[in-house]
Amino acid sequence: MAWTNIEMADEVITFFKAYSSVNLGIGMPTVIAERIPSDLNIMIHSENGVFGVSGRPKKDEVSPTLINAGKETIAIKKGASYFDSSMSFGMIRGGHIDYCVLGGMEVDAQRNLANWMVPGKKVTGMGGAMDLVNGSKQVIIMMNHFSKDGMAKLLPQCILPFTGLDVVDLVVTEMGIFKPNGKKFEIIRLAPNCKKDDLKMEISILY
Amino acid sequence: MNKNNPKVFSDAHAALFDFKSGMTLMSGGFGLCGIAENCIDALTTMDVFDLTVISNNIGNSGRGLVKILIQDKIKKAYCSYVGGNPDLEVRMLSKAVEVELVPQGTFSERIRAAGMGIRAFYTPTGYGTLIAEGKEVKTFDRPCIMETALHADFAIIKAQRGDTFGNLWFKETARNFSPLMAMAAKTTIVEVEELVEVGEIDPHDIHLPGLFVQRIFQGKNYKNEIEFLVTEN
Repeated sequence: MAWTNIEMADEVITFFKAYSSVNLGIGMPTVIAERIPSDLNIMIHSENGVFGVSGRPKKDEVSPTLINAGKETIAIKKGASYFDSSMSFGMIRGGHIDYCVLGGMEVDAQRNLANWMVPGKKVTGMGGAMDLVNGSKQVIIMMNHFSKDGMAKLLPQCILPFTGLDVVDLVVTEMGIFKPNGKKFEIIRLAPNCKKDDLKMEISILY
Repeated sequence: MNKNNPKVFSDAHAALFDFKSGMTLMSGGFGLCGIAENCIDALTTMDVFDLTVISNNIGNSGRGLVKILIQDKIKKAYCSYVGGNPDLEVRMLSKAVEVELVPQGTFSERIRAAGMGIRAFYTPTGYGTLIAEGKEVKTFDRPCIMETALHADFAIIKAQRGDTFGNLWFKETARNFSPLMAMAAKTTIVEVEELVEVGEIDPHDIHLPGLFVQRIFQGKNYKNEIEFLVTEN
């Protein structure tokens, strides 16, 4: 049985140390914010200028000027701070953020990530992703294992334009947890009843 | 208020009196959060074209700077993210607008550099990607690319509170790129929800000193739109 998004989020959270700092990317990783146990005392950073995101606001506490990088309304917790974009990206680029969790289009065995454009078809832009993958102490990619046409997104080599080279530490998909080591993907663990054959990955990049 | 204060203007039209076609404009805000609504509305009524606009999103969801984008007033755009802005994505793919996508941290640092007098800097962000094409590479602890400062003729930004000297206080995450842009532009126009006398903002609480502000006015009719309203169940 493949993991649900919530189960994937819980798998990602098992890698977080208590009292650490985390930046969550737009899309799939946002669900992590709601799943982090409060006793882990993790501070969530959002690159638009807030450190200490707690989750969703109550209906009567919504503020249009308090949002996350996905432009969604948020709430903050005690100890939170606001700052400008330069300070915010100093936190990222200066190597002060412990983990970033980003969505992905492709990851390859050489630890490369592609997640910002499909040439001629779709451009979202990189936003803060190129900064996050180069600056965060650990880069975790949380993504669907298969593309819409059923191909594995864990590849010998990325086909789409790179977001960063030699940057990915861990990939969590609905099928399992994988660690690219430069040549192959180590399987850290598989989702219940998922087998190696189900991964549809090239044999040459799997142990 | 002192009527002779040269920094205080009556409204956005008055403050933008010498903004012209072909100029470079910085516009604060993250998505629609913290955008200079009055100035953007004024630009929709002005005959200004061939603009180069530096803004993280160039508006979003049909709003903000999208109002002047769809009037074909923008020739070139510097931004980090076009997801959520289909009007820009279409013009980018059809090449109707020249778009330079800049990683957000490099974007803010290039603006900061302009304000700080730094000509260029090296960063690993973007190394080995499409955005590194044509850029100088130098290896320190690891390979880096050289990025240059981003300047502008004008910046239009919004603050929650400002005094008549231009000292500013921003609310929550509405600060984002605005203080950096104020430092990087030759002429910075600020619109505020609350214009107060000098001395009314405690010096400890000033996020941007008025030195960087050339013009300020009391804004009106703020919508402060929320793009994605999400609340606790």
